[in-house]
Amino acid sequence: MAPTTLGKALNMGLRKAMEDDPKVLIMGEDVGKLGGVFRITDGLQKDFGEDRVIDTPLAESGIIGTAIGLALRGYRPVCEIQFDGFVWPGYDQIVAQLAKMHYRSQGRLRLPVVVRIPFGGGIGAVEHHSESPEAYFAHTPGLRVVVCSNPVDSYFMIQQAIATDDPVIFFEPKRRYYEKGELDTSITPEPMFQARTVRPGTDLTLVAYGPMVKVALEAASAAEAEGRSLEVIDLRSLSPLDSDTVVASVRRTGRAVIVHEASTTLGIGAELAARVTEECFYSLESPVLRVGGFDTPYPPAKVEEEWLPDLDRVLDAVDRSFGF
Amino acid sequence: MTTESSGDLATGEPAGASVPLVQLLTPDGERVEHPDYEFDGTDEDIRGFYRDLVLTRRVDAEGVALQRQGELGIWASLLGQEAAQVGSGRAMRPQDYAFPTYREHGVAMCRGVDPVRLLGLFRGADQGSWDAEKHNFHLYTIVIGAQTLHATGYAMGIQRDGAVGDDDGAAVIAYFGDGATSQGDVNEAFIWASVMNAPVVFFCQNNQWAISVPLERQTRIPIYQRAAGFGFPGVRVDGNDVLASYAVTKAALDNARTGNGPTLIEAYTYRMGAHTTTDDPTRYRVAAELDEWKAKDPVSRVRTYLERNDGAADEAFFAAVEVEADELATRIRRETQEMPSPEPTSFFDHVYVEDTPRLTRDREAYAAYLESFDADAAAVGGH
Ligand SMILES: Cc1ncc(C[n+]2csc(CCOP(=O)(O)OP(=O)(O)O)c2C)c(N)n1
Ligand SMILES: [Mg+2]
Repeated sequence: MAPTTLGKALNMGLRKAMEDDPKVLIMGEDVGKLGGVFRITDGLQKDFGEDRVIDTPLAESGIIGTAIGLALRGYRPVCEIQFDGFVWPGYDQIVAQLAKMHYRSQGRLRLPVVVRIPFGGGIGAVEHHSESPEAYFAHTPGLRVVVCSNPVDSYFMIQQAIATDDPVIFFEPKRRYYEKGELDTSITPEPMFQARTVRPGTDLTLVAYGPMVKVALEAASAAEAEGRSLEVIDLRSLSPLDSDTVVASVRRTGRAVIVHEASTTLGIGAELAARVTEECFYSLESPVLRVGGFDTPYPPAKVEEEWLPDLDRVLDAVDRSFGF
Repeated sequence: MTTESSGDLATGEPAGASVPLVQLLTPDGERVEHPDYEFDGTDEDIRGFYRDLVLTRRVDAEGVALQRQGELGIWASLLGQEAAQVGSGRAMRPQDYAFPTYREHGVAMCRGVDPVRLLGLFRGADQGSWDAEKHNFHLYTIVIGAQTLHATGYAMGIQRDGAVGDDDGAAVIAYFGDGATSQGDVNEAFIWASVMNAPVVFFCQNNQWAISVPLERQTRIPIYQRAAGFGFPGVRVDGNDVLASYAVTKAALDNARTGNGPTLIEAYTYRMGAHTTTDDPTRYRVAAELDEWKAKDPVSRVRTYLERNDGAADEAFFAAVEVEADELATRIRRETQEMPSPEPTSFFDHVYVEDTPRLTRDREAYAAYLESFDADAAAVGGH
């Protein structure tokens, strides 16, 4: 067991998947020699060759579209989209083709394609490098959408995603790539499409995923100092959305706050709030609250810290929930 | 007509370095003739180009330095591409319109955009604060290739306004890189421009790299030859030769403005620096390549020409350009360091022409929220 960064854990998970299954391919812009702009595929081309780790031409529609063809031929492509904001040229292939092939072929054609997307803000970048587009994908039936938040999950979830016979959109919290955690690769991982309670509590359920899990945990620690016991849930899977875990928690705590970086309107929080309201109506002590990015395009880096949900805004929502 | 040394189409050398390219000023500073293109300007014009090249290079160096010092989040250096940008930028007439990528700092300066505005974007203070319509220079586009379609549509508008057809007509120039030629958008732009006969010039700066990906991963034939398949002319110009870049672009823009449709110009050049300040090119390319291109430097060949030709420029001229570059560097450094950060609530502005009720409410609520911290702080301070 060794302290490993989230990015390195992904790299190790990809390597393991490639060792385990010769059909696994990696494709994307700069994933080969450079090892990706975040070095997540570092060293893989050197060890697995240019046929398996493919530096593609600069075209996202081409990356996803050819991955679909490779999958039809029995391969398991793992596509890297360089930054969240550059997935859109490939969006048509993802939503109109990748998501629907299994359905319209009456289950005959499977597309085990993984699309990795480094997402979210907080890194001081220019436009299109800090977005949180997960809801667009979670809204699309046929796609599975997961988000890792720590090294252990990153290592195992990327392998589980590759082993999944449906297409998986795999979101990686880019601002947490360098955060470290203990990684024991010998453990048996939990199922992927399931939320996890990362901190038990009794007074309020705080739900987050990806980069916001850390913020939620910090909020829980801060709230504890004020005598409030917050339960923190890391959603991990956005589609299917494991609302059962959240519902079970809220039935005990009676309060829920959902946090994500993505703009609040029609985000994952909206869906979750609806489900919690439907299923926990009589347990709720206060309305389900959301803390998200504002309903604006992602702003210039100099004001991103103000735009992004942070510890204070989460605690403010917690206060409002208790004050109701 | 000159030929680059290595590579051969016949042997399958991809995107061959051995194809003809238009050159009017050699790396040694010699003026040479070309059957189809000539530089019709004076030595005074060349002195002007030299000044532009030096100022552009200085702004770029300042961008790199300011990023290193933490004043900018990132900077995309144009080092090595000054001639392609100044040559094409100076070929534009006032009524022409440019659609840049994120690296066209030299073109921006030709269009009268204050470089401080460019630095603001890379500082993270804004996402493009210059008046695009005043400068006929669109905002930077970071999504690769998207702007080529905007340029084509803009050109279709010029067409519909009846503003093409004679010598006073307007034309559009779309900038993009070698990597961008793989994007669907760029290929669609070629098709639209072709079938609409739109007055647009596609100016591809082939700097040999798309981050770490070399040219041969984007194309098997020289980029300019793609144009033939779309049905319009293509030409490769020495992108490190400001005279040729100027002459070829001017001819293509004139062609477009007089109703003769699009041209693809491949400016053959080299990205001498990193892709951006966050990139480390030692991971994917050899230093010898850079040395080879240093010998073809776009700025020094103009200086050599001016020095060699008696009377073209004297020491006082070069000294004056240096002083101007120093002053410009000092000014943009100071103005960048002093650049205020936007107000937190400013990110609610301009989402729509008119705010939605929700935006208005969110802005007010957020302002009140921020004020509550001030009040807390004041209360603490009062104890
Ligand atoms: C649609 C899209 N995909 C990926 C990127 C990330 N990216 C930024 S620059 C770049 C390479 C561009 O190469 P090229 O077109 O040759 O232009 P250059 O940077 O060399 O000037 C890439 C892949 C992007 N900006 N947009
Ligand atoms: Mg390039």
